[in-house]
Amino acid sequence: MWPFLNVQGKMRHFAFMLITLVTICIGLPVGAAAADISKQVSRFAEDSFSETRLAIEEITISGADHAADILDALGSSRVFVDPATKLVYYKSADGKTFLAATGTPATTPDKLDSVRINNRIRGDVLAAVGSLTLRASDPIRRISAAESIFKTRDEGSLEALEGAMKVEKDAKVATKFAEARAAILLARESSSRQDRIAAIETLAARRDPAAAAVLRGVHASADSEIKMMANTAILRIEERQQLIGYVQNVWYGLSLGSVLLLAAIGLAITFGVMGVINMAHGEMVMIGAYTTFVVQEVFRAYAPAYLGWSLPIALPMAFIVTGLVGIAIERGVIRFLYGRPLETLLATWGVSLILQQAVRTIFGPTNREVTAPGYMSGAFDLMGLSITWGRMWIIFFTLALFATLLIALKATPLGLQMRAVTQNRRMASSMGIRTPFVDAMTFGFGSGLAGLAGVALSQIDNVSPNLGQTYIIDSFMVVVFGGVGNLWGTLVSAFALGVANKFLEPVAGAVLAKIFILVLLILFIQKRPRGLFALKGRAVEA
Amino acid sequence: MTNKESLVTQALLYLDGVSVSFDGYRAINNLSLYLAKGEMRAVIGPNGAGKTTMMDIVTGKTRPDTGDILFDSGRHDLTQLDETAIAELGIGRKFQKPTVFEMHSVADNILLALKGPRSPFASLFGWRNNVEREKIDAILETCGLAALRERPAGEISHGQKQWLEIGMLLAQDPAILLVDEPVAGMTDAETVQTADLLREINKTHSVVVVEHDMAFVKALDCKVTCLHEGSVLAEGTLDQVAGDQRVIEVYLGR
Amino acid sequence: MITKAFFSRFDRLAFWFVIVMIAIAIFVPLSNLLLPTTSVFHVPTYLVALMGKYLCYAILAISLDLVWGYCGILSLGHGAFFALGGYAMGMYLMRQIGTRGVYSHPILPDFMVFLNWKELPWFWHGFDMFWFTAVMILLVPGLLAFTFGWFAFRSRVTGVYLSIITQAMTYALLLAFFRNDMGFGGNNGLTDFKEILGFNIQAQGTRAALFFLTALSLIIVFVISRWMVSTAYGKVLIAVRDAESRTRFLGYRVEHFKLLVFTVSAAMAGLAGALYVPQVGIINPSEFSPANSIEAVIWVAVGGRGTLVGAAIGAVAVNFLKSVFTTGALAPYWLFALGGLFVVVTLLLPRGILGAFNDLLAKIRNRKNESSGVSGKLQAAE
Repeated sequence: MWPFLNVQGKMRHFAFMLITLVTICIGLPVGAAAADISKQVSRFAEDSFSETRLAIEEITISGADHAADILDALGSSRVFVDPATKLVYYKSADGKTFLAATGTPATTPDKLDSVRINNRIRGDVLAAVGSLTLRASDPIRRISAAESIFKTRDEGSLEALEGAMKVEKDAKVATKFAEARAAILLARESSSRQDRIAAIETLAARRDPAAAAVLRGVHASADSEIKMMANTAILRIEERQQLIGYVQNVWYGLSLGSVLLLAAIGLAITFGVMGVINMAHGEMVMIGAYTTFVVQEVFRAYAPAYLGWSLPIALPMAFIVTGLVGIAIERGVIRFLYGRPLETLLATWGVSLILQQAVRTIFGPTNREVTAPGYMSGAFDLMGLSITWGRMWIIFFTLALFATLLIALKATPLGLQMRAVTQNRRMASSMGIRTPFVDAMTFGFGSGLAGLAGVALSQIDNVSPNLGQTYIIDSFMVVVFGGVGNLWGTLVSAFALGVANKFLEPVAGAVLAKIFILVLLILFIQKRPRGLFALKGRAVEA
Repeated sequence: MTNKESLVTQALLYLDGVSVSFDGYRAINNLSLYLAKGEMRAVIGPNGAGKTTMMDIVTGKTRPDTGDILFDSGRHDLTQLDETAIAELGIGRKFQKPTVFEMHSVADNILLALKGPRSPFASLFGWRNNVEREKIDAILETCGLAALRERPAGEISHGQKQWLEIGMLLAQDPAILLVDEPVAGMTDAETVQTADLLREINKTHSVVVVEHDMAFVKALDCKVTCLHEGSVLAEGTLDQVAGDQRVIEVYLGR
Repeated sequence: MITKAFFSRFDRLAFWFVIVMIAIAIFVPLSNLLLPTTSVFHVPTYLVALMGKYLCYAILAISLDLVWGYCGILSLGHGAFFALGGYAMGMYLMRQIGTRGVYSHPILPDFMVFLNWKELPWFWHGFDMFWFTAVMILLVPGLLAFTFGWFAFRSRVTGVYLSIITQAMTYALLLAFFRNDMGFGGNNGLTDFKEILGFNIQAQGTRAALFFLTALSLIIVFVISRWMVSTAYGKVLIAVRDAESRTRFLGYRVEHFKLLVFTVSAAMAGLAGALYVPQVGIINPSEFSPANSIEAVIWVAVGGRGTLVGAAIGAVAVNFLKSVFTTGALAPYWLFALGGLFVVVTLLLPRGILGAFNDLLAKIRNRKNESSGVSGKLQAAE
């Protein structure tokens, strides 16, 4: 790729080459500010890849303040030549034009030709920008410079890098520099054996896929033992990556599982404990989500300063609203249908249609936005895993809700009465328990829990009238899979299904994974109609 | 061993070492019972003695945890079969709480029970013929239900349902009838009639009757087994059993 | 009690139902084709198509009543069988398009060309032949029902558990058919049909003929169902519905009985779907949506379950109501009406229109004349 290939202006090229050599020999004052680098940038006007590369090298050495800007612009094709005056310009990312020679703002000429670049030049630019920023005062910029060298492994950066290493004080940045140096040493032919071994050790300590990529690029001239060392390191990194992948899947699975559990938790009461098939259960979740929306809007209108409080306030509100709706449904419809599960199923389906349409009429058919408060947005990094706060909170909330439910059932008078009524209605009634009251309260409680789930789900799902529909089949499956009437079963089943789904997804794709899980569940119910943790004994037969 | 073999070959129904438990509660505990062909047997015992569970086990509703249940001189192992297969072998059952098909007429209840091919296609393409009709009439006559033939079974009285179930058993024509509390809720006169009916049936079938009513058991005039806590407490004639000290203690009182 | 009440008049009811259906089957197409548009008795073409659609729903309702009303299997997945039959017909109609598609590919349907498919997937072969399609229309839903029922009934999954897994089944199919990779046109489904058996699918004559065939199918399906439930087989079905375990103790293989009725019913639903598709001109995955299946259940409940005739009447009545609602200013209220219907029917009319009507009739009859009731009973004894 030497300039001879460029037929157009061979002679001129020669002249410029000479000048270049001279310039390099003399050596320009390094670190000079506001220098005129018109000679260097004029190479861009030659329309030759090799001249452009030379220019990059010279501009880097020049140490001009705007050198990084020019190189950056070159990397994204924002350097231009005015064909009339042969002056070189560059544009900033926001479109302003500067004169390349001095870095001063300029008016945009009428006609500009872009300086052509290829991949090789892109690599040069990356490395050049890297070495330019290696000594930047901001450690973040220094790290990113090291990273870019790490990626290009450009031997030319080695000197600058080693220079920077000598004066680096920040331990974190120093590590990055060492890694970048190791990457270069590993990739070049002239490295010594010791250098290579040290480089492999440094890279192995880095433990990420990028390090593995660099290790794969160990130079062909390395001896077999070194190659073996590199392979071992790669293997170890891959194993770790696989482990992280598993952990990541488990995390996603737990996250999905908590959503499933949220959706199913109210059902565990109404269906699991009371045996009522409530097809309007999903709508309870939906109403809970809309309650959150309304509370948020009220805050927005009357107390915008306390918007962060809308979510904690929405929790009791949603519980009360959906609980009341639940009690109304129980008193109005379900109580007439005890002992007739199929009819209950149909009637509550009707109720669900009415509730959906009611919400659609009031709030409109489109999605409503519930904004996440500050403490629920963002993410943090945990050993290579990115964990969002929202998901984290939802898992905590779900578990807290589950614990509340357990305590409510096991340790409160209402819980005791609930269990008494569901186990033996006649006996409970003859012992003075007001069974209709307990029925209504139990159903209201289950619905209230669904409403609470709605508050949480409003944070991660679209708040629309169809919100409940998307959860109803899943939540029934969770309860049935876990064993009807067994709360712990519901917990295990929700998380098991969530994790299984997330492990299947990379293999089969999201939709197919879901279908697969559904089919598995259908088959499972055939095998164990009473779920994972079935209650045994004669009482079940009834 | 030879003793066991001869017991097995002589018995129509052979239960040995049968146990079953629900959630740790032993409903049947090492129960052994032998029923000869053509025999009538009354099973008595307090509530929770395992009488109904015993019937559940024989008819395949409940699977025993351990033990042998052999039928027809040991030809069939009932623990390996389901309800349908056991019924097809010729073991008929009347439930404690009379269970008839309430939407069907009395005659249709008998028709459904009537011995014959049981496959879907047979029932789809088989036509009711006069022979069947006569059989149904005869059974209704035997059970005193002839006047109610077209009444839905849900509308007849409790005692009539009991008889209808016995009639259905007759229609099934099984080798052995398991009758659970046939006279519960019957008047004294009806009880006597039922005892007569069962004795009549016993002429051609083996019968096991579970009952609390001692007068009724006496009227049956057969060998009696008393169960307690899932195993046999005493066995023999009614007088022998009623005289047994332990039976008096746990069941008969005084 | 329900059975008794209906048995006393059912044969006559069934007879009149068939007569009325034959009359409709003949009158509607003829009036559409022969009478001048100005005539009072002329049935406009759009109405023929609409009524044809209702009759398809009526077939679906009868098939559902057969399993739910008589055998107690509340299937919330019958829409899946309907849709499968519809897809089978849709595949035939797609292949009849030939080169008239947008991309004019001689073999591949448009959506496959669009997805850059090079050849026809194996399961699309044979659907260019009508006889093969006709077999598949019954076979595919029947086979699915048989397989599903084989597992479910053998392991004694009953009641709401069965309902929930049938719902899960149709939901899984819904998700599957939405995928482009399945090879059924994904989201858009199959549409833009041109001709059926060589006749232009839009032509008035074809529409009239399709209507006639639908009405005829309804009659055939009704007669077969009616025959099935009136034999000893039907009595066993009712016995299973009311006391499943008792039926087992009588020596009946309950699962076989259920399997047969479930499979036959699924094939009928498939037939309904196959007749539906050419009349509405499209089949897409939304037909698999669980809401559709459960809506079919309410038709049966409204008409009166365990009556067959009631199921057909319910299907037509509810869908007529739906048309009235959704075409006018009342559209936003349709879901209120439908939801209300679910609640009201289950709470107040557990035996549906036909049941309520019969009760009323029986009351009047009893007051008027005792003896006519007796003669009715005698009739039922036959």
